[in-house]
Amino acid sequence: MWRIGLKMLMGDRAKYLTLVGGVSVVVFLFIQQGSVFCGLIGRTAKPVEAIGAPIWVVDRNLQVVDEFKGLLDTDLLRVRSVEGVKWAVPLFIRQAQVRLPSGKFQAVRLVGIDGATLVGRPPRLLEGRIEDLNAPDAVIVGRAEMERLGSPQIGDTFEINDRRARVVGIADVPRDFLSNPYLYTTFERAVQYVPRERKLMNYILAAPKEGYAAQQVIADIERVTGLAAYDEDGMRWLTMNYYLRNTGIPVNIGISVALVFLVGMAIIGQTFYAFALQNEKYFGALKAMGAGSLTLVGMIMLQSVIIGLIGYGIGVGGGALIGYLGGQGKGKLAFYTPYQLLVISFIATMLICVLSSLLSIQRVLRLEPAVVFRG
Amino acid sequence: MVKPSLAVATSPAAAAPGGLAVSLQGVNKSFGMGNTYLPVLKDINLDVRRGELMLLVGPSGCGKTTLLSVMAGILDVDNGVVDVFGARVDKLSQSKKTRFRQANIGFIFQQFNLIPTLTATENVAVPLIIAGQPYRAALERARHYLSLVGLGERLEHFPPQLSGGQQQRVAIARALVAEPRLVVCDEPTAALDSSTGQLVMEMFRNVALSAERAIVVVTHDNRIFSYGDRIAEMLDGRIVDIHDNPDRVK
Ligand SMILES: Nc1ncnc2c1ncn2[C@@H]1O[C@H](COP(=O)(O)OP(=O)(O)O)[C@@H](O)[C@H]1O
Ligand SMILES: [Mg+2]
Repeated sequence: MWRIGLKMLMGDRAKYLTLVGGVSVVVFLFIQQGSVFCGLIGRTAKPVEAIGAPIWVVDRNLQVVDEFKGLLDTDLLRVRSVEGVKWAVPLFIRQAQVRLPSGKFQAVRLVGIDGATLVGRPPRLLEGRIEDLNAPDAVIVGRAEMERLGSPQIGDTFEINDRRARVVGIADVPRDFLSNPYLYTTFERAVQYVPRERKLMNYILAAPKEGYAAQQVIADIERVTGLAAYDEDGMRWLTMNYYLRNTGIPVNIGISVALVFLVGMAIIGQTFYAFALQNEKYFGALKAMGAGSLTLVGMIMLQSVIIGLIGYGIGVGGGALIGYLGGQGKGKLAFYTPYQLLVISFIATMLICVLSSLLSIQRVLRLEPAVVFRG
Repeated sequence: MVKPSLAVATSPAAAAPGGLAVSLQGVNKSFGMGNTYLPVLKDINLDVRRGELMLLVGPSGCGKTTLLSVMAGILDVDNGVVDVFGARVDKLSQSKKTRFRQANIGFIFQQFNLIPTLTATENVAVPLIIAGQPYRAALERARHYLSLVGLGERLEHFPPQLSGGQQQRVAIARALVAEPRLVVCDEPTAALDSSTGQLVMEMFRNVALSAERAIVVVTHDNRIFSYGDRIAEMLDGRIVDIHDNPDRVK
């Protein structure tokens, strides 16, 4: 009877395509909205990834990577003194104002890394050499949002806090949430690019010694120094959770995802129901001819599962395509599809299909075979 | 090819050779719940013999369809005996009744009820597939039955591509393909013009009828009265007359 069920479903092209199309659109919107959501939230943690270190030591009250909570020079020494810490270096991340040749100002994310070790350096250089960062006035520009700085070339200069900066390299840096360009330089120079303050360092990057578990070292650092410490993932989540809790992103996108879900559910349920209504007299005839309830339920379930699977496939494919096209080249689309999103949307789709087919199933189960004789 | 697939209590009358196909005794059926209560079948006593084509006639609303549904085991009675080829249909559980129908009853509907997205062959094969026959074997047999009703050239047509008369012939093939012992038809010619209706009735006599099989046709179409062996007349929920058909065409 499976074949019969499938033929009943697919024989009517128009209705079949409506069903598949409906599911596809819902899945597509769900994936698309969900991926934009994940992409946006993911971007908030990009500075952490771009700098990259096994352990981040920060002020206890730090909520998000973009916040400035200064540390003392003694903190660095204390971290270094913790058993299991292989190395620890200062890091400086601040907003700074670049004065462009045109006279305009542009905010940048200024990253000052330890000049000796270059820990926290950009993951990949597109142009230039990282060693040149120790040259006088040297800065390395991140490619993302570089056009805001007038797409500088190696050798170009601009001013930060009345001090000269000269571009010695272009780094491949991911676009982040604030959409400010990255500017890397050494720690010593970075502090001169901002107004003087008592506390200059705001992060300590560290690594565990071989044979020491990172989590143990982190716990030890916290115990000894009274500061907070995270591994890279912990630091990312600290930041992402801050944005999740304190910005409108989750609410705004959450509402639209919920709307997509509800409207989609309604549309698919309604289409399935109409489909089942039209087939009711045939199901009635099958029932009269001796098809058992289980068989009929199986047929309807099969129909809905098939619709769900095909619609899911098309929807995910379409969503991925948009993400691919939107993320290409200079595209600015924040789009990240974690596998969890695929799993959730798969389960949701199947649920929608099966639930809405349950509506028709219970009609078929209640159907008196005698109705087949009534016009 | 008749396969009594259910072990059921056998009444003496039905078991006798050349005996009864259907025996209804004191059957009552009413519709409605609570206060509204509509008696539709009132103390029905009716025998259908093996090998006969019985016409069930009467004015609209007198209960013909209800009675046919009772015989076919798709509608439960309030009380009375419903014996179909020795099986006490009124006493079968729903699932046994479902299997009983599958093995013993062929259905023909006024609106044909062919599944529009299946070919003629596939439609005819449906009862066999329900019975669990392999797909290919079922199609093979379906083709044979389609040629019996003169549609050997229309095997792969879809119902909407066929005329009303052709669709009803597909329905006849479908009703016969599983070799049921009782074929029930509700107004099979009502949607057809006169000559097509005659053709369909001739098919009932020539293809469908056999010594071991009974056919019950509900109709108020007096153009086809001549095709019945006996005629049972209903009025207001009762059988008011049963008589041999004097005008029966041979
Ligand atoms: N499922 C039902 N619920 C309520 N009343 C019904 C139902 N089926 C039939 N009836 C009523 O039973 C009576 C007989 O119907 P039916 O057997 O269809 O008559 P006929 O086939 O002779 O025209 C009618 O009055 C009809 O309205
Ligand atoms: Mg009727």
